Parts: sequence; C-alpha cells; structure tokens
Amino acid sequence: MSTRERTWWWVGGFLIVVYALFPIAWIVSLSFKDASDIANQSFLPTSPTVDNYTTILTGSASGLFLPALRNSFGICLIATFISCVLAMFAAYAIARLDFPGKRLILSTALAVAIFPVISIVTPLFNLWRQIGLYDTWPGLIIPYLSLTLPISIWTMSAFFREIPWEMEQAAQVDGATTWQAFRKVIVPLAAPGVFTTAIIAFFIAWNDFAYGISLTSTEASRPVPAALGLFSGASQFEDPTGAIAAAAVLVTIPVVVLVLLFQRRIVAGLTNGAVKG
Amino acid sequence: MASIEMRHIVKQYGDGYPAVNDVSLDIADGEFMILVGPSGCGKSTLLRMIVGLEDITSGDMIIGGKRVNDLAPRDRNLSMVFQNYALYPHMTVYENIAFPLRLAKMPDDEVRRRVTEASDVLELKEHLERKPANLSGGQRQRVAMGRAIVRQAEAFLFDEPLSNLDAKLRGQMRTEISRLQRRLGITTVYVTHDQTEAMTLGDRVCVLRKGKIQQVASPRELYEQPVNLFVAGFIGSPPMNFLPASLEGDRLQTPFGPIVLDERRAAAVRGRDLLLVGIRPEYFEDASLVDDAKRPLGSVFRARVDVTEWLGDSQYAYIPYEAPDAIRTQLRDLSRELDSEELRTQAIVSIDATSRIREGREADFWLDSRKVHVFDPQTGENLTRDAEAGARLTQMATEDRVEQVQEAQTHGSTVGGGASRAGAA
Amino acid sequence: MSTTTLPPTEKTQPVSTPQGTISDRSRAERKLGWLLAGPAFLVMLLVTAYPILQAVWYSLFSYRLTDPSNRSFDGLSNYAVILSDPLWWQALLVTVVITVVTVAVELVLGFALALVMAKALSSIRPVVRAAILIPYAVITVVSAFAWAFAFQIETGFVNSWFGWLPGISAETDWFGGQATSLLVICLAEIWKTTPFISLLLLAGLAQVPEVLQEAAKVDGATWWQRMWRVTIPNMKAAIMVALLFRTLDAFRIFDSIFIMTAGANGTESVSFLAYRQTIARVEIGLGSAVSVLLFLSVVIIAFGFIKGFRVDLSQTRGDK
Repeated sequence: MSTRERTWWWVGGFLIVVYALFPIAWIVSLSFKDASDIANQSFLPTSPTVDNYTTILTGSASGLFLPALRNSFGICLIATFISCVLAMFAAYAIARLDFPGKRLILSTALAVAIFPVISIVTPLFNLWRQIGLYDTWPGLIIPYLSLTLPISIWTMSAFFREIPWEMEQAAQVDGATTWQAFRKVIVPLAAPGVFTTAIIAFFIAWNDFAYGISLTSTEASRPVPAALGLFSGASQFEDPTGAIAAAAVLVTIPVVVLVLLFQRRIVAGLTNGAVKG
Repeated sequence: MASIEMRHIVKQYGDGYPAVNDVSLDIADGEFMILVGPSGCGKSTLLRMIVGLEDITSGDMIIGGKRVNDLAPRDRNLSMVFQNYALYPHMTVYENIAFPLRLAKMPDDEVRRRVTEASDVLELKEHLERKPANLSGGQRQRVAMGRAIVRQAEAFLFDEPLSNLDAKLRGQMRTEISRLQRRLGITTVYVTHDQTEAMTLGDRVCVLRKGKIQQVASPRELYEQPVNLFVAGFIGSPPMNFLPASLEGDRLQTPFGPIVLDERRAAAVRGRDLLLVGIRPEYFEDASLVDDAKRPLGSVFRARVDVTEWLGDSQYAYIPYEAPDAIRTQLRDLSRELDSEELRTQAIVSIDATSRIREGREADFWLDSRKVHVFDPQTGENLTRDAEAGARLTQMATEDRVEQVQEAQTHGSTVGGGASRAGAA
Repeated sequence: MSTTTLPPTEKTQPVSTPQGTISDRSRAERKLGWLLAGPAFLVMLLVTAYPILQAVWYSLFSYRLTDPSNRSFDGLSNYAVILSDPLWWQALLVTVVITVVTVAVELVLGFALALVMAKALSSIRPVVRAAILIPYAVITVVSAFAWAFAFQIETGFVNSWFGWLPGISAETDWFGGQATSLLVICLAEIWKTTPFISLLLLAGLAQVPEVLQEAAKVDGATWWQRMWRVTIPNMKAAIMVALLFRTLDAFRIFDSIFIMTAGANGTESVSFLAYRQTIARVEIGLGSAVSVLLFLSVVIIAFGFIKGFRVDLSQTRGDK
C-alpha cells in the first residue's frame, strides 16, 4: 500500500470516529453548561460546571431520575436474563437437534422482530390496566421479551452453529457422561455466544421508549428513556436542557463501557446471524 | 485390548436408506484393520457404530466378548482420533491429552506421568502449554493421537486421520501410526479412502461398497486376487486396466492382440462370449527391454503411444484403445463409483524408466499373460480368481502380525502409562 | 478369515419402510427439540400474537377508556374514519418519506463506512469499530435530544456554525416547519442506525473472496468495475437483509419524533398517530384500528421484499 493510500485510509478512519463521536461530544459538552450558558450558541461551555449532575442526582430532578435509573437497570437485566435463558434452550435445539418446526420457530422470531411495537402497545395498555400490570415491573418485562427474545434466538443459534459439536462426541469417547461432555466442553465453547447475546439483548431493552412511555405512569416502573422524554414536559424546571443532557450522559455511560470492552464480540454477534451465506 | 466382532450389522436411516448393510467382520486382538472404500460406502458409519456414536439398527457389536450395542461411548473404553482431530479449543495441549484421565478421576501425579510419557513418544513436549489454535496441522494430529494413547483403551479407532495433512506429512504420520500400533500391539480400526494408507498400514483390509463388504483380505491378496471388478479397480495406483475381450478357444482377443490363457483360467472362462481382462500397469513392459527368458510367457503387441510420463524411477505410457459402447459405459460407471473421472478409454502401462518409447509413435509392448484376471462384465465377478493362492497370502500376513505383536509385548514398551502391558493384563 | 463376495453390479435395494415411520431416537429428538424450543416459541406468540388479535378485536368497537359504558360494536367504521381522514394519509406520507430518505442515505453511507472499515489499517481498525458501535448502542432518545438541542434556536450551535450558508441565520427555526423538522429527524435517524447497516455490509464484504478481486484485476477491471460487477453482486444477500431490516425498522419510527417535535408541524408518523389516539386520547377503538393498519403495512412491506427481491431469510438468518 502506498503512503498516499495509507494516508487516505487514515483520513477515512478519522472521519468515521468524528462522525460517531460528535453528537456524543456535543451532549457531554451541553451537560457541563450552566443555566445561563445553555443558550450561548456555541459548542463548548464558557465555564464548565457540574450543576446539572447535581440537579439530577441530588437536586430537584433526582426524584424523577434516580428511580427511573433503578427501574431501567432492574427491568432490563431481568428481561435480558429471561430471554437469554429461553433463547439458550431454543438455540441449542435449533443448532443441535433435528426436529420439524425449526423453520417455524425461526420465522416466528423473524416476524416478531419486525413487529411494530406500537401495534402491541395499544392492546397491552388496555389489558394491563384491566389485570393490574399497568405501571409495574412485570408489565414492562413481559413486552420487553418480545423485543429481546427474537434477536437472542437468532444470535445464539448462529453462535451455537459454529460450535464444533464433534467435540461433544469426542468427549464421550474419552469417557465423559452426556452431562460432563456438556459442562466441560460445550459450556466453555458456548459461553462467549451467550454472553454476547446478553449484551445485545440488554442494549435493545435499554433503548426501549415506546413501551416505557405507554405502559407506565409513575416512578414505580418508569424507565430512563421515558423519564427523559417527560423531563421536557415537566414544568418544575425553568429550563430542562442541562438536566436532560446530564441524564443522557449518565445513561450512555454503561453502553459505551460495554461497547469499549466487548466491541469485537458485539460486532460478531450483530453480523453473525445476519449474513451467513 | 480386545477383539471386535460384528454380526450382521445394519444401519438404516430414517428414509430407509441402508448406509451399512449386513456387515459381518471379525477383527482379531491386536490386529490393524483398515476400512476402505469410495465416499459414501458406509465406512465411517461403521466406525461410528463401533465407538457408539451411531445407533445400530440391527445386528450385534461384540467387543472383547461383550455385546456393546446398548452401551454409551464412554462405557466402551475405546479411543478415537477424529478426522478434524476434535481438539478442545479452550484447553491447552496438556489438558487435551489429560482430558480422558481427568474424567476417570485419576490422581494428578499419575496424569502428569502419563501425559509426559505420551508427549515424549509424540514429540509434543515443548508444546504442552499451547492452545490447539496455535499448532500446525501435524502437531494437532499428534495431540489427537496423544489423547488416544494416553489411556488404556480396548482399541484405537481412526477416522481418516491424515486426510487434512499435506502429502509429505501424511507419509511421515503414516509410518508413525504404524510404528505406534506395532509397539502397543493394540487392536486398531482405521477408516480411509486413501489406498496407499490402506495398503501400507493394514494387516487386513476390508473393502466396502454401498454399505456392503466386498472383500476382507491382506493387502497382498486384495492386490493379486481381487474378488471382483470393484476391488480390482479400487486397489492399485495407477489402477488396473480393463480391456474388452472376446473368447476364441483358449485365447482372448483384445485390442492389444491375443492373450493365451493357462488351463485353469481357460477352464474358468470357457463358454463365455464377451469378457473384461484386467491387467495391472506393471504387467506390461517395453518389448525391447524384456529378457529373452521371460518373453515367451507373455505376448507382444504393437500400439501407438499417446502420452508418456517419466517420473525418474519409473515411466508410464498411455495407450488409447477402442471399446464397444456397452463396455465403455460400464467402465465409465465404475470409474465414477471409484471417485475418479475416466474421460477416455486408455490403458496405463508401466515401462522401464530407461525405455526410449516416444509419444505419438508406435512401439512394441510385452504383456505378462500369467497374471491377468478375467472378469464377467455383467456381474463384475473375477472368473479367474485363485482363492487358495489368496488365502495363502493372507495367512502369511496373519502369521507375520502375530509374531510382531508377540515381539512388541515381550519388549514391553510402556507408552501411555503401559497401555500395552497393563491393558493386556 | 471372512471373505465375503458379492456381485458388484447388484443394485442395493433400500429396505423399504413405510413413510412416516421414524426410529425411537429421532422421535425422542423431536420431543426434546420442542421441549427446549417450545417455551421461547410460546412466549413469542403470547407477547405478539395475542395483543395483535386483541387489537383487531378492539378496532371493531367504538371504545373510549374514559367512557367504557358507551362501548359498542361498530364493525369497520373505525377504519372508514381513519382512511377518510387526511391525518392518516399525512402520517403515512411522512413515514414513507422518512423511510425512503433514511434507508437510501444509510445504504450509501453505510457502504462507504464498511469499505473504509474493511480497508482500514489493522492498527486503527479496533478504534474505528468501537467508535462506530457507539451510535448503535446509544439510546434513541438520547440521540434525538442531542440532535434536537444542536438545531434548536436557543440551545443550538448549528445556526451560529453554519450561519455563512445561504438561508441559515441565527433565527432559523428548524423545528418551525415540516420540511426542516423532517430533515433534522432524518439526520438523527441516519446517524443512529447507519452503523448497524455498515456492520452488516462489512460482514457481507468479508464474504466476497479476495481472490475474486484479484481475478478481476488480472482481467483488467477498474476499481469501479470491480465494485459494481464483482463485489456488489456477490454481497447481494447481505445488502438485501440490511435493507429489509432497516426499512421495517424505519417504518416504525416513533422515539425521535416524540422527542424532537412531538408530532408538531405535520411530522406525525403512523406509530405516533397510533400512540396519540390510544395513550393520549384513550380512544382505544380508533387507536387499535391505526395499530392494525400499521401492522398490515409492515406485513406488506416485508412480504414485498421477500417476494419481490427474493430475500431468502431462512438462508440468511435461519436454517442453513
């Protein structure tokens, strides 16, 4: 590769990084502006301050933000866990066993994945009110399964297909019981796939807004994205912009950390199932 | 160590297709048995039924005098080397070899002793802490072997273990496997589609075709006294030439002139019309280089050479010939079944490396008529097979083996923690 | 010594078994298969099939949550109301425009990103890959806020940065009109979802064997020709899958619109319309009918893709 060409790829790479990080940098910068600075019409704060963070963590907006953060973590982790367990069994069956209906399960997962969330929200809104699940954790965990389960099933089946199942037989010939073969050989090989799937499922649950805003009404179960959406509507702040920016930064931190730690796996997980010839 | 007996083994898949069809085979204690055949002949299925990875539809599998049909693989105490080696990617070489011992809950120092011994034999010492992904093909293969020999298994099973190696390495590993088996004297079943491996490794070779046994015999018997067209065509490289022939008295008329048959052969083919003569390439010679003493034992014919291949130590000449359509189709079918693609009817003839026969010219060839076989083109049956002579050849091989195994056992090599001695005890 | 001789030309007759007879082992495998996959399957059905059937049922009623006693069966009149209301057509048009614009831009941009990532030197590849994952992982609501704040008159920097461009001044109100609002909404969407497309395309690129490129080079193809005649045809499956998924995803757009304009100035999408009818106005009957229509639109798009472009999803996502 010539020096010229090398320079071009460097420039390309640099542009991608700018593209990806610029809006993030903007919201971070915004979160450090103080109330009078918000409208300074420029990218950077004139004098950085952590006032906005105090507002949402201990100040007037903490009543809205902190419970929402707790709800988001709790609900997303539980939904991720359930869908990973269910998907693990299903993906094992799909990758490993021969039974009629495999295609049916995969097409159902596909259909559910392309399902418009709002179409489910309407009837659930009504049903949840009738049976008392409105504004509760289970009331969000259940619909979150419709978001996370299909992608978990695909991603995990794709990962499980890559496992050299011959290993299991080799282990049995080496004297392992079925359970030992599974635990000592298959589990270590399958674990990265399950883990990656869990991260992706968590992202999806964490990202949800439509269910969160429609199926909750109080701090009892409202997740962060929905709470953020309501900040602007709440009249207790003169100007919610700084607080929203600070909250946005805080909820972005976990996903950025996950991305930085596991980027290679996440890319494999996202593309593995999708583009297999 | 144990003998392996198979009684009328059948493997039938869900769609009714019999992958293995009524196979009965006795493998003696300490014997090296090769299962060979073109792809899809059922050889791997048979091996997997021995080890227990495949259900047996019907028949009996008896290992060491015990019926094992319903035993799980781990209860059969066999070790197997898989085609792709099946090394556990998350374990080091050491742990891969130690895995069967760990499962047997063997104490750590005993594990260490055995793994060290096995890795010494296979020269894996400096790789013990590496992961399989960082090994070369040959090293992976040796790790797989190490895992097999480290415990006292009743028998070794190999499923095309060398097919993923390049030609040179394959040759080296072949002799290595042979040495190891002789040293341990352990019953071995080896699946391959490579006939060089079949001929060089096996005490006996079992040739399979479409799930049925064609012939079980020593490599020599297979080569010299094949039972039918299939075995004759499969064993030998370059393969046996099949020429159309018609019978006139005691003489066969072939595209390469008349061949005179001896009395036994003549009697065997009497009364037939169209026949196939099977002649191995080395039964030919450049007529100008044949001893006067040998010359009367064969016939001389003149033919035009299409291509010659000089290989240094040997030389091949390709001679095209005409064949009737029926024969032509049959030969094409046969070659397809043997995983090759016969494009034209031509004979491959081995001539002395010093021969000056040239491409595109006519030349005189001598043909040793003592060793030709005559096949029935309809059934493929070898009409001139000398069963007694064949049996003698295999008998000799069996005696050789028994002697070698005894020798190995008295010398008592202790590979893999005394797999040979302790296992025999 | 066993020397079995069999006439080789004898045709091996498959032992005939009646159709449908299966061995115990495969029957056990079927049972186990459904036992393991069943729960996931059932949950998926319960959380989607049941609600959509319920929605179909509600859509046939005139039903306000605040006035449950007045619930009455109305047949298809809800649909008639919606389909004759310009609001619906407006929302549908907005949705289609957003979908077409974002997906088209994302496909081109995503392909460019994928090319850079594929060629990027190995030293910077992890950095680029991590960077590109961030927009994917960031919450849509956060991305919507970031873009909205950047363009708003009071809080934004866009007007002051780009004031030198004709038509942009300190007073340019991006969210004051339909076209400019949609532009900002599209920008936010494109920023957030292009990485996903580019990763799918990158994986597709990786599946085109390098040797094909070399062969084309030897055959005298220019860079452009190699791209159009070798690379792209060979990654058609990846492109189609990316396109299908993003189209369906874009068609459901809701979060960004809610945050950025709340549907003002004719920026309401179909999803937002359904939400507003049901949740805000508690018109369960009408809202359900909009939901059902939205669902039907998605089904039609998916069907059109699968039939029209012959996207074989079972090949790409499912069974090999």
